[in-house]
Amino acid sequence: MRSTAWGNPRAPGRDLMIALEKLTKVYGQGPSAVTVLDNLDFSVAAGEIFAVVGPSGAGKSTLAQCVNLLERPTSGSVVVNGENLSALSEEKLRIARRRIGTIFQSDGLFSRRTAAQNVALPLGYLGVTARESKKRVAELLDRVGLSSRANHYPHELSGGQRQRVGIARALALRPSILLADEATSGLDPESTTSITTLLKELRDDLGLSILFITHEMETVLKVADSVARLDHGHIVESGRVVDLLRDASSPLGLALNPVRVPLVGGRDEAAWVVSYTSSAVPTDWVTRLSSALSTPVSLLGASIETINGSVVGNATIGLRASDSAAVVAAAAALGLDARQSDRAGDVSHTTAAAASPAGIGDAATAPGPEASATVREPAEVAA
Amino acid sequence: MSVLANNQVPLADIPALVFPALGETLIMVGIVMSIVVVVGIPLGSIIHNLAPGGLFENPALHQVLSWIVSIGRSLPFLILMASIVPFTRFITGTNIGIAAAVVPMSIAGIAFFTRIVENSLRSVPPSLVRVAKASGGSRLQIIRTAQLAEAIPSLIGGLTINTIAMIEYSAIAGTIGAGGIGYVAVTYGYQRFDNTVMGATIIILVATVALVQVTGDRLVRMTTPHAATASGRRYARRIARTDIEAANAASPA
Repeated sequence: MRSTAWGNPRAPGRDLMIALEKLTKVYGQGPSAVTVLDNLDFSVAAGEIFAVVGPSGAGKSTLAQCVNLLERPTSGSVVVNGENLSALSEEKLRIARRRIGTIFQSDGLFSRRTAAQNVALPLGYLGVTARESKKRVAELLDRVGLSSRANHYPHELSGGQRQRVGIARALALRPSILLADEATSGLDPESTTSITTLLKELRDDLGLSILFITHEMETVLKVADSVARLDHGHIVESGRVVDLLRDASSPLGLALNPVRVPLVGGRDEAAWVVSYTSSAVPTDWVTRLSSALSTPVSLLGASIETINGSVVGNATIGLRASDSAAVVAAAAALGLDARQSDRAGDVSHTTAAAASPAGIGDAATAPGPEASATVREPAEVAA
Repeated sequence: MSVLANNQVPLADIPALVFPALGETLIMVGIVMSIVVVVGIPLGSIIHNLAPGGLFENPALHQVLSWIVSIGRSLPFLILMASIVPFTRFITGTNIGIAAAVVPMSIAGIAFFTRIVENSLRSVPPSLVRVAKASGGSRLQIIRTAQLAEAIPSLIGGLTINTIAMIEYSAIAGTIGAGGIGYVAVTYGYQRFDNTVMGATIIILVATVALVQVTGDRLVRMTTPHAATASGRRYARRIARTDIEAANAASPA
């Protein structure tokens, strides 16, 4: 049931849009040289949204600049759509770059151009006629829902609207790949959701491959099919989001959906953390577990949701003294992975610390009264 | 032109003396500023992009050009004007009059404006160059759209200061018989102790400079889309202030 969470998510026979092969970027020379990216290997399939997460300083923005070759890699290659970009001359690269649309962090709009003029920028560079350009810009602004804001300047738009203009501009030359570099950073949660929803729609409508670089774990859950964690220039873990979430031993999976601070159980109760490992977990697993073990099950905390159509999540439960092996077996029969936690109150802290040594997912794990025992969305029975 | 016994120009004759001189000054400054803009904008853009991190990085060439501009900036205008007399004569065939003044003024003005262009381009967020590159822009397109176009308010602010500096320089050039308001001020006001002419030239110069400044400020506001808001006005003022500080810091005149 569990598929591999470690290593390259590349599966044979998939259409690869972006493939990084031993990508290395070193700044400086001699003893002062700093290796920012160290032998990165990963690939993004056609129609896939691939997220790269990591703390600040992990090399994310360098990675983004290497993918569209704004920075030349020191060694290794970037293969986009079957073409090795790192081998191209500056002039050919300029043309090849048009196949990659880049969405920048919120400061990417030209302040003296209106929304429409910003979207028209790549068309102008290409030498598209004014009439053609006008038509295409109208189409694009309509696609991102900003037709009514065409003649507004960036300072008259909200953060989310500015990012939509950035997306429209990135799509202007009909690229097959979108590169989003911290595209939702600094946006409020509502705008972030509207942007991730738009990106998913665009992926579905246009068959785009999207490389989504971010430091926000929450956003990864909303948008990505696959995810890789970049730390100190290395990919430390990668895989499909759902697989990682179902792998109780995966630090990245835990960082993506951390165990919330649970309630404190009864005096003679032991706290267990159970994680969903398959779609076959019945919705009434608490009752079933209780009758299988012939003991009451106290629900101390839970975070269960549907990600890309699959149910994932974890819960903290309190059980009266019982045979550990029997608990594990009973849980496994329901599609759950059960682990005893030392002390109920500490689960979140220890796991969060283990999962994010450099502070990833801080926001998600921030302990608070509302974090306890929340079921974020009613879990659906997986199809 | 009648001259009084005490050597003073009568009040009624002052307009006939001062206004043609103002016309000469404006022609001189106009010619100089046209040359300054035509040469200074490309030169400033080139130096900016030769610097580390620029579009066509070349530290050695950057150093050389930067040094040449610095030399142009470091000579007091009077010395610069005197030291290039042979060059001026070679170009214009004379070393007095408007034509002769235009050469040293252009050299000083180009050096001045080149620094202002560099400074303005540096204030454009570098992320915009990345955006332009990623959008498939050529170097020329990037300089035009992502650097110069975004720096227009700041460039206009700098141009205003530069124009005012050139009005000042034209007065210094007046000492070599270049004509213009400065020449009138020096020959009548300074050498003949004619306080009426001195006063008139001061009023004219103050009014001219104020007009240039007001026009420049208005153009900065018009070209800054976010100047309509209070924060935008603060931004426009900040641009003007930084330019003045940069100009003052670098100006030997």
